[in-house]
Amino acid sequence: MTGVAMTVNGKAVSGDVETRTLLVQFLRENLRLTGTHVGCDTSQCGACVVHVNGKAVKSCTMLAVQAEGAQVTTIEGLAKDGKLHPVQAAFKEHHGLQCGFCTPGMIMTAVDMIRRIPNLDETTIRQQLEGNLCRCTGYQNIVKAIDAAAKEMKGAHA
Amino acid sequence: MTAPIVGSGVKRKEDHRFITGQGRYTDDINRPGQAHAYFLRSPHAHAKIKSIDTAAALKAKGVVAIFTGKDIAADKLGGLICGWMVTSKDGSAMKNGAHPALALDTVRYVGDHVAIVIAETHAQARDASELVNVDYEELPVVTDPAKAQSQGAPQIHAEAPRNTIYQWEIGNKPETEAALKKAATVVKLNLTNNRLIPNAMEPRAAIGDYDDGTGGYTLYVTSQNPHVARLVMSAFIGIAPEHKLRVVAPDVGGGFGSKIFIYAEEVVCTWAAKKVNRPVKWAAERSESFLSDAHGRDHVTSAELALDADARILGFRVKTTANLGAYMSTFSSSVPTYLYGTLLSGQYNIPAIYCEVDAVYTNTAPVDAYRGAGRPEATFVVERIIEEAARQLKMDPVEFRRKNFVRTFPHQTPVIMNYDIGDYEASLAEALKMSDYEGFPARKAEAKSRGKLRGIGFSTYIEACGLAPSAAVGSLGAGVGLWESAEVRVTPTGGVEVFTGAHSHGQGHETTFAQIVAGRLGIPIENVEIIHGDTASVQFGMGTYGSRTSVGMTAISRALDKIEAKAKRIAAHVLEASAADIVFENGEFKVAGTDRKLAFHELALNAYTAHKFPTSEIEPGLKESVFHDPTNFTFPAGCHICEVEIDPDTGVTKIVSFVAVDDFGNVINPMIVEGQVHGGVAQGIGQALLEHGVYDTESGQLITGSYMDYTMPRADDLPSYKVGLTVTPCPSNPLGVKGCGEAGAIASPAAVMNAVTDAIGIKEFNMPATPLRVWQALHATRAAAE
Amino acid sequence: MYQFQYFRPKSLDEARKLFENNGDAKFLAGGQTLLPTLKQRLAQPTALIDLGGIAMSGIKVAGGTVTIGAGTKHNDVATSTDVQKAIPALSALASHIGDPAVRHMGTLGGSIANNDPAADYPAAVLGLAATIKTTSRTINADDYFTGMFETALEEGEIVTEVSFPIPDKAAYMKFPNPASRYAMVGVFVAKTKAGVRVAVTGAASSVFRETAMEAALAKSFTPDAVANIKVAATNMNSDLHGSAEYRAHLVTVIAKRAVAAA
Repeated sequence: MTGVAMTVNGKAVSGDVETRTLLVQFLRENLRLTGTHVGCDTSQCGACVVHVNGKAVKSCTMLAVQAEGAQVTTIEGLAKDGKLHPVQAAFKEHHGLQCGFCTPGMIMTAVDMIRRIPNLDETTIRQQLEGNLCRCTGYQNIVKAIDAAAKEMKGAHA
Repeated sequence: MTAPIVGSGVKRKEDHRFITGQGRYTDDINRPGQAHAYFLRSPHAHAKIKSIDTAAALKAKGVVAIFTGKDIAADKLGGLICGWMVTSKDGSAMKNGAHPALALDTVRYVGDHVAIVIAETHAQARDASELVNVDYEELPVVTDPAKAQSQGAPQIHAEAPRNTIYQWEIGNKPETEAALKKAATVVKLNLTNNRLIPNAMEPRAAIGDYDDGTGGYTLYVTSQNPHVARLVMSAFIGIAPEHKLRVVAPDVGGGFGSKIFIYAEEVVCTWAAKKVNRPVKWAAERSESFLSDAHGRDHVTSAELALDADARILGFRVKTTANLGAYMSTFSSSVPTYLYGTLLSGQYNIPAIYCEVDAVYTNTAPVDAYRGAGRPEATFVVERIIEEAARQLKMDPVEFRRKNFVRTFPHQTPVIMNYDIGDYEASLAEALKMSDYEGFPARKAEAKSRGKLRGIGFSTYIEACGLAPSAAVGSLGAGVGLWESAEVRVTPTGGVEVFTGAHSHGQGHETTFAQIVAGRLGIPIENVEIIHGDTASVQFGMGTYGSRTSVGMTAISRALDKIEAKAKRIAAHVLEASAADIVFENGEFKVAGTDRKLAFHELALNAYTAHKFPTSEIEPGLKESVFHDPTNFTFPAGCHICEVEIDPDTGVTKIVSFVAVDDFGNVINPMIVEGQVHGGVAQGIGQALLEHGVYDTESGQLITGSYMDYTMPRADDLPSYKVGLTVTPCPSNPLGVKGCGEAGAIASPAAVMNAVTDAIGIKEFNMPATPLRVWQALHATRAAAE
Repeated sequence: MYQFQYFRPKSLDEARKLFENNGDAKFLAGGQTLLPTLKQRLAQPTALIDLGGIAMSGIKVAGGTVTIGAGTKHNDVATSTDVQKAIPALSALASHIGDPAVRHMGTLGGSIANNDPAADYPAAVLGLAATIKTTSRTINADDYFTGMFETALEEGEIVTEVSFPIPDKAAYMKFPNPASRYAMVGVFVAKTKAGVRVAVTGAASSVFRETAMEAALAKSFTPDAVANIKVAATNMNSDLHGSAEYRAHLVTVIAKRAVAAA
């Protein structure tokens, strides 16, 4: 077992893990932050996306020990002071989720996407969702939610 | 006055927990002291198990126990069952081979369950599984349903000679043969309906938990119907009596049929929990889902449509071979029979239909219901051959359909179904408008100028859902009734708890069911709680599949009738009026013609304080329950129009427009209904263009065993759908609702493939229309022309 | 995953020593291919030596070349305004590797050390006649890719940076495998001072140069110049999503489109 320490959702955390423990396992099993999901074993579905040092990564394709000292944000850390992040709110407003399983990864990917790309259009949003699978929504309302959130966030900063 | 809550796009009550990471799926649950299971699976498609040596594995770090089929047999547990008896045309019962939860002496598909390894951690269980030494003797393999019945094909179950489970028929053979004989034109078409792998985003999972103090078991499981799971595990498998077995299906991350069935893993984990006296948790890796979730579709069909000289349909003959895989899954027998043959009349007047279905075993994963279940296969056959008939007659496919539409209701088809209501012209007309059909020739010409092939395709589909009148399905061999239960409890302070046997795994029941209650009782939707998915709270229920939420909703509606009736009697006493004078409107009980009234919450408190009415006549409290058995199926129908553009250089098909106009009867929440259509259409487009479960025919290995090879639809594979609704309220339930969950997956594959075949000008072309296959087809045509 | 020891050296020297002292060690760069492989239990290294702690990332444009540190993430190459200006084809290529999350982790060095037959970067490295600098030497692109998942790298040798000569024009076109989205055929075309180069990835066991197309494009750098060059299917990969014939056909189609885009 190896000790690992990092900051998750603003809180310093640590634990003992096997070196083969994935970041997602550390989050789910050690920290009981079960909002981050595992939907595949080939790094394609994106249900496990979290932010590490401000960037979206697949927590199923990163060892916990690789995140030593990192700042990690999970879906549980997105709402601030009881107020939903605009992307979370937009997913509800535009019915961007059904079963909810892919949703945390979708939202974390969307937040990252909006941060990186100033002028999102439908085609770009769809391309940027390449690493996130959803089986329920046919993506249309996810795209709509991200588009709406991007516009709202832009308005807020203008 | 605000808009009525029923019929408006109320935002979902369940969303908050999902968007904040607080959903509670099975794998999110951890029981104190739990151990972790890994299932050792067969690497071979067909083999005898000569011996299993677990000695080395048992010594591995962290291992708690290892069990094989022999251990289960020693405890005299029953095998997995198929709950729907189908009878062959010669009168014989279907020939069903045994399906032990862990293989006994033979494995029959890659992924078949050989042993459960239980250890302190999942990784340790998997490590140890590699030390289990299984001595296999490989046997010959058959994966192709078209070859399963041939002389000399490997025999998969001794009970089923030539791997034939049943040879079923429906309709009228002599009449159909006569129609074909006298036809002016006979249109023939060979089709395959590609095998699909469901891929709900949440992989299956189970936690078996045994309480030695009470002798009770609890199973947490990814299930669409926890009560059915309990019933089967109790009555047939014999793990525990029902009252000692609680099944909880918490948040479930999509099902699409694949979580209806009772699988080996949940049975074995529950049984093993007592053996090791610890909770036993299993969560599938996606690779395991590919191998062992029940797959969908996999039909090979030939069809003939008889037409008179005036382009009217005279008869329809269909012969299908359905691949049911290596074992019969829970409802597998019904899918290619009663959920398929009964839909072959489509939206059309067809005087004579005859359909034969042979169900066969192969060395592949079991096949069972997947979104639409039988109805997509039927619609694909009907709508492809209707389009081909129009092409063969050089008629506009729209005119050909119009000529043959059913226009009067009720309409009895030659294949059991009695269509209660519909307006096929209305949805067709709306879809034509939305897709700008008139502008298509100009768009095709413009595409041609860019070297692209454009095509348009239709699918005017019908489905039967709202499963189902119990007597009707019972007469057809179902081992269960398909009613639904509801219990409405009004609390003393006026809150309402609804216990439903329906299960929500994405459908939004917590919202739509609450809308019905709030709308009916005139109370805020926040005051309504929907409780489902736990056999300890809900008395019984049949679960959610087959777009049968209309049944659960009607059960609630009828329970609300009873609540209202009792509440009026109480109100009469409290308001000192005659019960006949009490009216209930906008959440208030009023004495007609006076200003005397009780708000709903005041009535509720009175019901429990029980001071103001004679409890000898009226029991205290306000709680009612209903078991509602539907009187008919419901018949959603509509028209989907797909327009594609194909790049002949690469074979890439792009959907440039997809219009779906559906008649779901009255709509409780249009936002949710539209979302269901989006998802269904995405799965249908996935089937038509992308998805294909493929086994190597020699080795029986699953070639498409991960997202590296199985093409899951991604956001940029799919278009933005244009969705419309037409309404003919369903006459067989008080809400007038039909069912919307499967329509998209049922209708869309035919629309897409009609468009693709229109674009490439090739009649017989199988799904999925991948770039490779389209290019190959075009290439072969070009080569033949040269 | 099987058990392994994990090391995170601070220097290349330390990394080399760790490699020498651990029997069956593997270097871990971004891990976006290696970790999925380990999760599938398709490899069983005794140790992972994480190169993430060694300063090896960065982009320099000077003297007609773009030099990119081996540890530079795909997303950093994709969004670098320097790369976008100097070799837009390279930044565009990087912007289509994997998906956004993969691009935040995956590195140039990791990609070319692994040399997946369907990876994108090898096409740019070969197509631009880049030079690969390692812990012990400099290797020309033409000598570097030696076969499926094989390179000229010796045991323990680590790629430290790659220098891409700036071409007159270049473009990369990818036809993705519909399921995995890896390149089924990817063609990098470049008109450079040293001549025209056409590198093809995804189609065969390893990236290769399509010399007939190079010759034709040297005469006339136009889409029509390659439109009728038929590529033999003999050495092409074949799988569920692309037969050898189809891949061979696609090489021509995609090359033509790449030339048009350059």
